[in-house]
Amino acid sequence: MKFEQASPPNPIDQERVVTRPFTRIEGPLKVSGQAPYAYEYGLPEAPTYGFVLGAGIAHGRVTRIDTTQAEAAPGVLLVLTHENMPAQARSDTPVPQQREASPQLSGPEIRHYHQAVAFVVAETFEQARAAANLIEVEYEVTPGQFTLADTVDSGKEPKDAVDSVVGDFESAFADAAATVDLTFTTPDQSQAPMEPHATIAQWDGDQLTVHTAHQVVHWVRRGLALTLNVPQKDVRVVAAFIGGGFGTKLLFFSDAVLSAAAARLLGRPVKTTLHRPLIFNNTSHRAATIQRVRLGADPDGTLHAVGHDTWTGNLPGGDSEPACEQTKYLYGGEHRQIRTRQSELDLPPGASMRAPGEAVGMLALEGAMDELAEKLGLDPVELRLRNDVQFDPEKGPKRPFSSRRLAAALRTGAKAFGWDDRPRAPRERQDGEWYVGYGVASAFRTNLVMPSGATVRLNPGGTLTVETQMTDIGTGSYTVLAQVAAEMLGLDLNQVEVKLGDSDFPQASGSGGSWGANSSSAGVYAACDELRRDLAQKAGYQSANAVFRGGKVWQGAECTELSELAGKGGVEATARMTYGDLTEQFMQAGFGAHFVEVGVNAHTGEVRVRRALSVVAAGRILNPVTARSQCLGGMTMGIGSALMEALHVDHDLGLFVNHDLGEYHVPVHADIPDLDVLFLDELDDQSSPLRAKGVGELGISGVGAAVANAVYNASGVRVRDFPITLDKILAGWDD
Amino acid sequence: MTQSPQAPSGADLPRLPVTLSVNGETHELTIDPRVTLLDTLREHLHLTGTKKGCDHGQCGACTVLLDGQRVLSCLTLAVMHDGQSVTTVEGLGTPDHLHPLQDAFVRHDGYQCGYCTPGQLCSSVGTLDEIARGVPSHVTADLDAVTFSAEELRERLSGNICRCAAYPNIIAAVTEVHAAGDGA
Ligand code: FES
Ligand code: FES
Repeated sequence: MKFEQASPPNPIDQERVVTRPFTRIEGPLKVSGQAPYAYEYGLPEAPTYGFVLGAGIAHGRVTRIDTTQAEAAPGVLLVLTHENMPAQARSDTPVPQQREASPQLSGPEIRHYHQAVAFVVAETFEQARAAANLIEVEYEVTPGQFTLADTVDSGKEPKDAVDSVVGDFESAFADAAATVDLTFTTPDQSQAPMEPHATIAQWDGDQLTVHTAHQVVHWVRRGLALTLNVPQKDVRVVAAFIGGGFGTKLLFFSDAVLSAAAARLLGRPVKTTLHRPLIFNNTSHRAATIQRVRLGADPDGTLHAVGHDTWTGNLPGGDSEPACEQTKYLYGGEHRQIRTRQSELDLPPGASMRAPGEAVGMLALEGAMDELAEKLGLDPVELRLRNDVQFDPEKGPKRPFSSRRLAAALRTGAKAFGWDDRPRAPRERQDGEWYVGYGVASAFRTNLVMPSGATVRLNPGGTLTVETQMTDIGTGSYTVLAQVAAEMLGLDLNQVEVKLGDSDFPQASGSGGSWGANSSSAGVYAACDELRRDLAQKAGYQSANAVFRGGKVWQGAECTELSELAGKGGVEATARMTYGDLTEQFMQAGFGAHFVEVGVNAHTGEVRVRRALSVVAAGRILNPVTARSQCLGGMTMGIGSALMEALHVDHDLGLFVNHDLGEYHVPVHADIPDLDVLFLDELDDQSSPLRAKGVGELGISGVGAAVANAVYNASGVRVRDFPITLDKILAGWDD
Repeated sequence: MTQSPQAPSGADLPRLPVTLSVNGETHELTIDPRVTLLDTLREHLHLTGTKKGCDHGQCGACTVLLDGQRVLSCLTLAVMHDGQSVTTVEGLGTPDHLHPLQDAFVRHDGYQCGYCTPGQLCSSVGTLDEIARGVPSHVTADLDAVTFSAEELRERLSGNICRCAAYPNIIAAVTEVHAAGDGA
């Protein structure tokens, strides 16, 4: 099925099951510890345990590696290094790839700190860990480039973030009545899902099965097959439960590649989890940015010049952190200059983390909007309303937004939050020893759709089974897909069973870029549409007239039980949703507004978020329970990015020093008050038959800027060097 | 530059006997003394409900109840607990007979990926008991009058990281169970 025109009315519009606040159908398994994650599958034979040793340098080569003691240690079965690693495919970049070969232990060169240099397999975890510590490695260190600020002149335009230049920005900026020209920095950040990357690999002859923590089943299947030089059909991937991803599990790492290679050599299953202190430097992270935002406006706030430059770095061949992207679309202005420049760094690989680009780009753009509003003496909500635009500002009215309720989100949020009651000037309001301030920012995230397929089977007895490679990384896929199938076939939710995350099922969109719920639902929709036609035909009805309701298919007053049509063997249909060019014809994005109240301690400069509201317009909300939770997660990670999250670079040694959860600070219970989320009614006919858009990343896009703007409103200190830690506020008061 | 051996020697260690009662069932084990209580549960008793998020006492995913009190099972060795009893998430309830807290987590969506959840649940059981016993926390204003509040909960559960950030829903769930007097 191909989605290439605005969606006509369809059975989802009944909203009998879809849009209802069902709790998660897999919930009882999760809360009782019965949901198996990658490392937790029982095996027919005793597993062996892998342990990865990471490089102790960031840049150079291994000149000698002595594994004698490790190999002689009790229980050790195998020690792999670059000297004895079985043949693998090559890659021309040290950055692991989503769906291409990503070899490990492929040579003596060290391209980043904690790159795997050895892999020990033993009968027990304790033996493998102890033996890894017996390996002696000698390195030749060569100088590396670890400092983004020193590389900005060498940056190049990246393929994944091309320049958007319209009109004559420089002249318009020079001529503008009011301008801001501000530089922001955002640090390297870690996705840090609670489940570490983990894999169990086992071979049965030439057939490899991997249970692995991954967001997109067919990507890791393809990438692993290419890496190991085996046909894809011989690789089965299972990822039924995933303990969070936030982008890092879009790639596959040493746990997957080395477990698979070792299991083949040993003829036994190998299970490996990356130990937490390895994850920060061994796997992926969000790369740091330096951003310069220049805005030029009329005295009434109308923007004419919109400039955003981002400098970011990565290992050669890695993607950019496209922090300018939202600036292409969020506000009008006829003169635009939006550019990303990427340089080479020898830090660990940069890759996707929740809302790549927007999550950190909005910190800069929405901070700059706040400063412009202040300069103009305008309400920051009003400044945003005055620059709302209903089409892609680069392409003009010929490319409208498919739906865009930014203004409604700002107005609704302002009212619900009590924005009118905000302190008008810094340090105006005090509550005990706390300065209180309010901040606002827009929310924006490009909507993405991906092809996705599913099989739906009407079982004897009349229940329905959905099978798809789709993953549930906490996003609610199990429940949402059950709702879509129940709606389509006129069943109750508890009559639908959903099986996910197995490469034996039809290929699906997987989870990433907020495309998961909408895209995988569209795949299930396509399969259900086909099944409905088959069943109507079986019942002898015109499929166009058939109505599925109450476990029956109806034509007028006539009806047939689905259980009857299922017969003894059941009836199944498999289909896949693909897309035409509607994302080209229409700019598609989710919108919203964030409102935050903070307290800044008058003595210590400590910042506490006191309350926060996100108003979200993201098309049809398929399940308000799971969608709200996605927003809570995004808001919290956004608060983290504003106030605490930073990987600290050792600029001499080239590593992230704070590589564990004790030193890499993420928000904990005590940091997060009760948060509010409001969904606006919206249907996006151009996105899919579900009329939905992505939710999971909208929550993070902008909220950090609302925090920063609130910190300024409270304290009078503008911190543009994220995160906003108390030392920076105290320094601001000293100046 | 050299990365040198960090462990003293590769000599195998004697295995030691330990008896643990886990969720009411007695297990007699002979075990490598380096095995944490966490890995004993997960790898030896195949009770994988208890999660490993960091193995370093920094995330709370491995929280279990040891003789009724919450501990981080990654930070303690099985052989240190001969004769003691452990309750894990599997011991709180089953999918068909959920503990009131487990049920409240489902109704309030007090989780997303579910990986931190067993730790949040065991930690919540321990926390409600600590408050009931009058054990103060960092935010307790009057050390002689420990009372339940959302602030107390947030403080006491802060060792349990939820990267999915179900925090407000977890607090709502535990608060509801506390109000119903059902948390034990
Ligand atoms: S696994 Fe024990 S605290 Fe993280
Ligand atoms: S539910 Fe995913 S970490 Fe808490």
